[in-house]
Amino acid sequence: MTDRAEHPAARRRYGGLTLGAVAPWVIGALLLAVMPYVFASNSAITIMNQMAITIVFALSYNMLLGQGGMLSFGHAVYMGVGGFGAMHVMNWMEQGVIALPLPVLPLIAGLFGLGFAAAIGIFSTRRAGTVFAMISLGIGELVASSSVIVVAFFGGEEGVSGDRTYGLPVFGHDFGSQTEIYYLIAGWLLISALLMYLFSRTPVGRMANAVRDNPERAEFLGYSARWVRYYSFCASGFFAGIAGGLFAVNYEILTAENLDLNTSGTILLITFLGGTGFFFGPIIGAIVFTLLQTVLSLHTDLWQLYVGALFVLTVMFFPGGLAGVIMMHVPPWRYGKVRALIRPYLAAVLPAAVGLLGLASFLEVLFHLRNAARGEEGMTLLWVHFSSHDPLVWGVIIVVTVAAFWLARRNAPALRAAWDFANTPPGADEARP
Amino acid sequence: MSPALQLENLSKSFGRTEIIRGLNLDIAAGERHAIIGPNGAGKSTLFNLITGRFAPSGGTVRLHGQSLRGLSPYQINRLGLSRSFQITNIFPRMSVFENVRCALLWSLGYKYSFWNMVSRSRALNEGADAILDQINLLARRDLPAGTLSYAEQRALEIGITIAGGADVIMLDEPTAGMSNTETDYIVGLIRKVTEGKTLMIVEHDMGVVFGLADRISVLVYGQIIASGPPAEVRANRRVQEAYLGAALEDM
Repeated sequence: MTDRAEHPAARRRYGGLTLGAVAPWVIGALLLAVMPYVFASNSAITIMNQMAITIVFALSYNMLLGQGGMLSFGHAVYMGVGGFGAMHVMNWMEQGVIALPLPVLPLIAGLFGLGFAAAIGIFSTRRAGTVFAMISLGIGELVASSSVIVVAFFGGEEGVSGDRTYGLPVFGHDFGSQTEIYYLIAGWLLISALLMYLFSRTPVGRMANAVRDNPERAEFLGYSARWVRYYSFCASGFFAGIAGGLFAVNYEILTAENLDLNTSGTILLITFLGGTGFFFGPIIGAIVFTLLQTVLSLHTDLWQLYVGALFVLTVMFFPGGLAGVIMMHVPPWRYGKVRALIRPYLAAVLPAAVGLLGLASFLEVLFHLRNAARGEEGMTLLWVHFSSHDPLVWGVIIVVTVAAFWLARRNAPALRAAWDFANTPPGADEARP
Repeated sequence: MSPALQLENLSKSFGRTEIIRGLNLDIAAGERHAIIGPNGAGKSTLFNLITGRFAPSGGTVRLHGQSLRGLSPYQINRLGLSRSFQITNIFPRMSVFENVRCALLWSLGYKYSFWNMVSRSRALNEGADAILDQINLLARRDLPAGTLSYAEQRALEIGITIAGGADVIMLDEPTAGMSNTETDYIVGLIRKVTEGKTLMIVEHDMGVVFGLADRISVLVYGQIIASGPPAEVRANRRVQEAYLGAALEDM
């Protein structure tokens, strides 16, 4: 053997818990704990509950897409099966068939999801790529359509509903209030996210990345690509099931909608928007999407159009998603050059944002002109009240939009130059004039 | 003792085209064996048959006496046979270190476990660093493998191939597309990391072949027309006629 004392690797330490590794989780836990005090209103807590459920679901989806390279069009099925299973258990609790505390329910839902994924994965994970995607689509359709056939489990058209307050009380809490449910969901979010993160650091989790990158090479390293995919698939089904259990606990009803392609497509969109390449990507995607869905939808009927546009722009220009955009700034940060970016950003991104707002205003006014009730001309946009039939309004919007885009375009080269400069390691840029 | 690798009457057809035609070959343990032959002779197909990528149409491959019939590549790999590829075949989005560490996982008994953290195993991480040290890529440790230079990627390919501790190593044109200096470097590397192992290598560069191999087999139209020590193969009339004449005069 080589002399270990001379070995540079001998001085490297393995396995120790570092502050950098623990800090994000501690901060996350604290943040989850104080959120209901910062945003105390009922609607805010409702939104946060929805957000947390979506985060668990999106993270479980990324175990397939980002970690394992499996593009699924039917992930809602595993969340749905978990959720329906939880609803039945909840009803048994109400009928006195079994006595369980409510916080256990998401775990049971996870086992439903795991069981279903274990059955489907046997054949669906034989291949990745298009074959996997098509099978997932088929299974998705199959299960969604069987919701009106297997009425005993899926409850037919009205779904399955129940009452969550019949569980064994936990320290005197019966989980009747939204805040109690918030802490239940937040706790499960933290546990699930941590377990999913740790899964990605295990041998099978690492090999999931290897199989994603190059399944054939993995086979020549002793691993069956199929079984590596299968284990990821089962784990993903488990956590999707937990998300379904949280959904059941929060809304006390599941319907066929929870299984359909629309839900499956949305979670793909959310995960991709947030970024599949980083663990925290889907978290950002879920937060941004839930905010758009709940807050933006209060203000405009066109919110889905904007979400769609945001998605297309992300796919085209930032395939790493929002997380990718954030992580792009790590090298400039390391080189201590972030400050060089601030001015060019303001000069280019600010006008671009104004331009996009102008474009959106144009669409809003057009939408109002075409769809508002006859005789109703007044509308409010960005706190300004005006008539959608006024040519002056149209003129202002068009001029501002065009001018803003022109300015953004004019300042774009300066931003590009600043970006290149900020990404050059210090020392390497000595040659610059 | 049975040979490390034993090919008995091996054949492979794609449709009506016979690529490997009743091939017999024994490779002794510890031997460095080179397969040479003109383009289209079936060298890569032979590699794919031995490693389980293709199923043979007829005949048997034995590894240390055990038949490999019906086994998948991953099962064959677990028996101690590892290969590299003609076209660089690594995990481009993972770091150089992760590439090697993944190659170590199975041999250290981790299998499909999801209750171990890879970062906590000394054997795993020090093992991976030791391999990186051997292939001189410690300085590139944390870069994505896809960003390495071509020669570095070829070195990584060899590192991944040997990492699992297989005792039969098969290298498919390890110096393809390299400059002379890079070739010398890779040959030195191969010599170092396959010390004491059985090596089977396909190579076009005759300098590499005659410098590295204990024995050479010449594959022409799916059959071995000559097999023996370099001097003997060089002197063989049939080999000279079939293939080597022009190449050997350059040497």
